[in-house]
Amino acid sequence: MADWLVFDVFHLNPEMHLAKALNFFFYDSVKILLLLFVVVFAMGIVNSYFPIDKVRNYLSRNKLYGLEYLMASLFGVVTPFCSCSSVPLFIGFVKGGIPLGVTFAFLVTSPLVNEVAIGLFLGLFGLKTTLIYVLSGVLLGTISGSILQRLKLERHLTPWVKEVLANAQREQEAFLLEKQPFGKRLPVIWREVLDILKGVTPYVLVGIAIGGLMHGYVPDGFFERYLSKDNPFAVPVATILAVPMYSNAAGILPVVQVLVAKGVPLGTAIAFMMGVVGLSLPEAMLLKKVMTLKLIGIFFGVVTLCIIFSGYLFNFIL
Amino acid sequence: MSRLIKVLGTGCPKCQQLTALVEEVVSENQLDAKIEKVEEIADIMKYNVMTTPALVVDEQVKLKGRIPAKSELLEMLKA
Repeated sequence: MADWLVFDVFHLNPEMHLAKALNFFFYDSVKILLLLFVVVFAMGIVNSYFPIDKVRNYLSRNKLYGLEYLMASLFGVVTPFCSCSSVPLFIGFVKGGIPLGVTFAFLVTSPLVNEVAIGLFLGLFGLKTTLIYVLSGVLLGTISGSILQRLKLERHLTPWVKEVLANAQREQEAFLLEKQPFGKRLPVIWREVLDILKGVTPYVLVGIAIGGLMHGYVPDGFFERYLSKDNPFAVPVATILAVPMYSNAAGILPVVQVLVAKGVPLGTAIAFMMGVVGLSLPEAMLLKKVMTLKLIGIFFGVVTLCIIFSGYLFNFIL
Repeated sequence: MSRLIKVLGTGCPKCQQLTALVEEVVSENQLDAKIEKVEEIADIMKYNVMTTPALVVDEQVKLKGRIPAKSELLEMLKA
């Protein structure tokens, strides 16, 4: 359909760079927005049955013999939160008696594996890569969480948050049990899906536009010269560059897809994407309220190392 | 009797959206209510809220973590 639009309607020469770029743009935009819609909607349904209070209560009450990191990470996948909630969420979890490492597992996976990222991955890279990504996002959270827990970092919380925790009582809450029938939930879910899509679509379109330009104008194999599998520094460099940057998944994934199409190994590209989406300067600033600089440093450091490791792993297996 | 409406949030776009929506609903329906923004984390935590934005009416938490539809919001403010 995009072929038709660009080549027949606009009578553009298929050999022209601009034509190629436009073609890419239309085709990808439609495909991605459709997929996004489906995935966001599906997740929306799951989300409405998974209120965060239940998650917290579950995590704090159940002795899971090491599995709690995995569970926290999995919960991170299905529960969304606005990034400004990361501080209240952090405090809420720790206050509820959940160990620091488990909270970290949640914090790491949540921004990385969400419905938008999954929808985009499906559209841009296909099912296999998507599954691998989701799996690695969860493993990343689980492993970082357990490592961070081993390091016994509680003393590095800011005095401020320690006080907040001390003053707040550890309540046995009766959380709001929303016993709404599915039919009633549907309009709420629907609205949320539309809201998310409305917010994300501009970013997706910009990302695809940039991707489209690169697709049309950057020669194939361009990146291969600098970032090929043979370059052992590619993965760490890509990750470290990515960490301070922030973009949501919607904006960065189309760009990543073009990078891969132009010769960047998939593992390096994914590591880059995880660095951009998972860790960022804005997030560090938000977390400064509850973590001392040292703790933030350790947190970022551990996650970065795990991302670099996954990057190498992917390059190896894909 | 005047109601006290509190919007909990640290200032990100979603939280501002909720405040704007509350102001709109209050003025459109001429509700007798006072709107307060709670931005300090310590105060937000007092309501046991983990996901902002959140809505508190007369010290009762009515909603957390999302932006309601106007009609839904109106019901919460009236009840």
